[in-house]
Amino acid sequence: MAEEIKKIMFTVRKPPHGSIYVYEGLEVKLIMAAYDADISVVFMDDGVFAVKQGQDTKALGIKGFAATYGALVDYEISQVYVDRKSMEDRGMTEDDLLVIGEDEDTEEPIKPQVIDSDEIAAMMAEQHNILAF
Amino acid sequence: MKLAVCIYEGPYNHEASDTAYNFLQSAIKKGHEIKGIFFYHDGVYNVTKLMEPPQDDRHIANRWSALGATGIDIVVCIAAAKRRGIVDDVLVPNVRISGLGQLTMMAIEADRLVVFGD
Repeated sequence: MAEEIKKIMFTVRKPPHGSIYVYEGLEVKLIMAAYDADISVVFMDDGVFAVKQGQDTKALGIKGFAATYGALVDYEISQVYVDRKSMEDRGMTEDDLLVIGEDEDTEEPIKPQVIDSDEIAAMMAEQHNILAF
Repeated sequence: MKLAVCIYEGPYNHEASDTAYNFLQSAIKKGHEIKGIFFYHDGVYNVTKLMEPPQDDRHIANRWSALGATGIDIVVCIAAAKRRGIVDDVLVPNVRISGLGQLTMMAIEADRLVVFGD
């Protein structure tokens, strides 16, 4: 079976709390990562809040799922990107982004990569399918 | 073209389910192959037989069931369903509950996975 590995991108555009889209979307990512697919994730628009560190959902009375993002690299999801403009429009900097894993060799923390909209557009054009949450 | 459809919203409250249905009808008429239909998030409510809309309105669950009867694979996500009290017993015929692996296969096998949501 010499089928090419399909590229599948997830976009996260909605804020992490206030609805369940982003949380259930995370469950899809974790499952799909176990299959033979080339997975990437892009946080943009209000979706960038999902990868803001220091989220505290206690007052909302919900469990919160930001901790799971800390294991994305362990789930073999390492192509994780943040749209620079969306991030900056919301007063966030790269320092605000949470850690999604650590480098196997150097044990350095890995953060989502901040990229520009035209780079995202170029990546989108290469995808086999895109799922938005 | 090989198409798959994923529906995020519940019936009546949002138009997503209707739009997806109309899209599928047109796609089938044009001869496209439908690899599957996947219900996620509140979309799982689209195929419960417990719904009883007014008689002069469309019956969304029966409509999906009829489409399933033509042989199209209609899958309800088990994780999303469990969270919302949707179990095998309440499903209309011709749809089945399964896992996100089914959505993965649709995303891989279909040329286009079309998502209907807000």
